Amino acid sequence: MRLTLADVAVARGGVPVLSGVSFALNPGEAMILRGPNGAGKTTLLRTVAGLQPALSGSIDGATDAVAYAGHADGLKAMLSVAENLSFWARVYGRSDIAGGLDAYALGPLRDRLAGTLSAGQKRRAGLARLLVTGRPIWILDEPTVSLDSHAVTLFAAAVRAHLAQGGMALLATHIDLGLDARVCDISSWASLPDDLLGASDEAFL
Amino acid sequence: MIALLIRDLRLALRAGGGFGLGLAFFLIITLLVPFSVGPQSQLLSTIAPGVLWMGALLACLLSLDRLLALDFEDGTLDVLATAPLPLEAALAVKGLAHWITTGLPLVIAAPFLAVLLNMPPQGFAWLVISLALGTPALSMIGTFGAALTVGIKRGGLLLSLLVLPLYVPTLIFGAEAARRGAAGMAVETPLFVLAGMSLACIALLPFAAAAALRMTLR
Repeated sequence: MRLTLADVAVARGGVPVLSGVSFALNPGEAMILRGPNGAGKTTLLRTVAGLQPALSGSIDGATDAVAYAGHADGLKAMLSVAENLSFWARVYGRSDIAGGLDAYALGPLRDRLAGTLSAGQKRRAGLARLLVTGRPIWILDEPTVSLDSHAVTLFAAAVRAHLAQGGMALLATHIDLGLDARVCDISSWASLPDDLLGASDEAFL
Repeated sequence: MIALLIRDLRLALRAGGGFGLGLAFFLIITLLVPFSVGPQSQLLSTIAPGVLWMGALLACLLSLDRLLALDFEDGTLDVLATAPLPLEAALAVKGLAHWITTGLPLVIAAPFLAVLLNMPPQGFAWLVISLALGTPALSMIGTFGAALTVGIKRGGLLLSLLVLPLYVPTLIFGAEAARRGAAGMAVETPLFVLAGMSLACIALLPFAAAAALRMTLR
């Protein structure tokens, strides 16, 4: 099991943002994507997660292996934390949510409605979803937004434990998590203007 | 799939879930019609099947824009699209959940409201059967419309414009079956056509809806 990107180009709203993206992740490895706002971090992560097609190039090893956490947490306000996590666990064919609750210290909050949680608590519940899915490749887009320093430590520990079990992680983040991970500045893959030709991702144009 | 169905039903039943919204709307329409057309029992019993069918259709339409929009806003659709469950199955389940929370209550309430409109009692069974056969098509077409418009802010109007023409065949054959039933005529032909349309919608539209949704999510 290995995640490989070969010469991938991605576009957002019909405008190519990155091209020639090539890297590989082996089990136990993490990679942190850096880059200024609008550099294409989210677009690249969504492409790897399979939410949008790549303009060109190939992505191997991601199908049915990724758990994606974007800017939104995927929590329902009128369901409790435990109900939210159980739902996602069952969607991924699992039932155990204890690991997710423990890793993010959500035990005291398990019966609270997600709508009554603070932003940071919601984020923790959203990140706990990755643990209950049991997927090997985590794709995280700004995972530490609205987390306090203690929760960031919990998150870093959860990622480290995931890597130790042979998992992989691809993160876009600006803060230093203390992970033993490759850091990659994606601006080196920025598309040149002449890539624009014939690069529309709009299906109906 | 069952997990998604249970979650959608549970959400619908909790506060702010919108369960009963369609039913209340249906009730209001059928209650207001006798006031607006006047107390002519003969006229009311003639128009009752059509009014009930139109009320059911509008009640279905009312809850459509919530069908996927809430899941889109909180990121659930992104996660569902990367989950092992095929998006087609997820949308079929969401259509089913919409039918259970909106269509099924209408089917059950229809004969009681038919009394208010002085519909001939011999037509009650056919009214219920025609609604039971037709409302799944309404839910599935609505799911497709919701998938097409989910990324658009205030897409409710566009959704209605897209979905209403697609609802017309269901309305014609559904109301015709109920009218024939009430008049004591043979109902087989419109009922078979109605059942055929529902089955075709259930079989084909999840794929169309999933394709439309993938386009929206990218």
